[in-house]
Amino acid sequence: MSSTGTTETLAKQLALVIDLNVCVGCHACVTSCKQWNTSGSAGPLADENAYGANPTGTFFNRVQTWEAGSFPATETIHFPKSCLHCEDPPCVPVCPTGASYKRKEDGIVLVDYDKCIGCKYCAWACPYGARELDEERQVMTKCTLCVDRIDDEKMAPEDRKPACVMACPTGARLFGDVKDPDSEVSKAIRERGGYSLMPEWDTQPANQYLPRQVTATAAGTGHARGTGGAR
Amino acid sequence: MNPAWSVITFTTAAGAGQGLVVALALALASGTAIGTRMQSIALAVALMLLGVGLAASFLHLGRPERAWRAMAMWRTSWLSREVIVLPLFMAVVLGWWLMVFAGSPSSGSAESASAAMVALPALALVLAAVLWVCTAQIYACLRFIQEWAHPLTLLNFTLIGLASGTLLAGALASALDERAWLAQLLPWSLTLTLAAWAARIASMWRNAALKPRSTAQSATGIAAARLVQTSMGMSAGAFNTREFFHGASRTAVRHVRLVVHGLGFALPAALLMAARDAGSAQALLLSLGVLLQIPGLLAERWLFFAQARHPQNLYYQRVS
Repeated sequence: MSSTGTTETLAKQLALVIDLNVCVGCHACVTSCKQWNTSGSAGPLADENAYGANPTGTFFNRVQTWEAGSFPATETIHFPKSCLHCEDPPCVPVCPTGASYKRKEDGIVLVDYDKCIGCKYCAWACPYGARELDEERQVMTKCTLCVDRIDDEKMAPEDRKPACVMACPTGARLFGDVKDPDSEVSKAIRERGGYSLMPEWDTQPANQYLPRQVTATAAGTGHARGTGGAR
Repeated sequence: MNPAWSVITFTTAAGAGQGLVVALALALASGTAIGTRMQSIALAVALMLLGVGLAASFLHLGRPERAWRAMAMWRTSWLSREVIVLPLFMAVVLGWWLMVFAGSPSSGSAESASAAMVALPALALVLAAVLWVCTAQIYACLRFIQEWAHPLTLLNFTLIGLASGTLLAGALASALDERAWLAQLLPWSLTLTLAAWAARIASMWRNAALKPRSTAQSATGIAAARLVQTSMGMSAGAFNTREFFHGASRTAVRHVRLVVHGLGFALPAALLMAARDAGSAQALLLSLGVLLQIPGLLAERWLFFAQARHPQNLYYQRVS
């Protein structure tokens, strides 16, 4: 199911790089994403039963929490997760209407909400669970890397970044062009062992993660080996 | 995956309709004498099944009014190809049915009519096969759903469609006392039912032995031997927890599997064997076979979806 001849190399690929060393699991990126995108071009993002016992709604970004290692050498790792904007996105070729597409100029994977028929096939075709059907509009939605911020020339240049990146209090989210070797994200990936999720499916995610680096303290209490990072 | 009734109904009903059309087309091609009333009823039933399937598939869509757009991406999407082939197949079967319904034509157009009576069943045969390929490949092309990404998916869809279609044809033929076609159908239907059962058992064995390639470690890139999720990032459900988990207990799944084996394959096969020398009871036995097989094959398709373990589920394990 390779994307039938459309695997042209993009000169530019915008992406996020998530630093697992400094994410504190505050969910500021989750709420800022929801706030911006429910009001922006991707919205509104439905919330059902918002004040009830089982609230549910559409989100483009989640912060999950994992526990690694065995007591006493355990680590709590907060793990932000959103669309990885794969370079070979399996969700795009399966779309029967062409609503799902990868933008040529910057590699962002987007949904044309006016063309989407809500068949959910793209969500089935994404191994990461990055797509969520909006229950009110009945169309597929996903992270847009805030195209309506980064493309908005009326915004000050320093604001033309995804809402999650702007909100992160610890700077755990880097944003830039992973095809530009001199960009902040490319340097971070190169110098700090950036890795991609589920490499076994060869989707070539553009977003990468920076592994935990455990440093020994002066008192020598640091763990001998870190648990963060696949390589 | 969480099985959707719309897709279960669509694939099961359309599969039986395809099987019925194939049974009739092959019988006519082999020179079996079949009355026009029988042909007309068989094609009408097939069209009805395909229509039920088409209606069910619309119910699967969040935006059914935009369904026409789904024909656009046939170059890359098996779903798009299916959306094109299904109505095409229905149109050919409808044309064939109308030709049969119109009966013997006047002498002037007899030649072109008989040419159409050869071409339409042949075209229907090809399109039924192509439709099976499209439907099965929708699932089999998703490489990381390992339960589906295998030629057995196509084999199962095709054999189950043929088994149910020929059994239905047998029930109709016995009800209308079409002896020649019935004599031809009974051994074929039994063989196809047993073959479909064997292929389904093979896929169940394969699924049970599958080792998921994705793990919590590969999903997060965290190399620790012990790695457990403590929060999926939300306190209640989301699309990701509704769409990809069937939520049925192990016991319930085991019961469904029994229904699949018993009603889907074993009892229809037994009834087909019993019907061979049953004389006037044939119609009753074969109709009973059809009635029992319907819940059996719906359960089979439910299991097909429920058994597929989507790798995204690794990210949605713990509420807190």
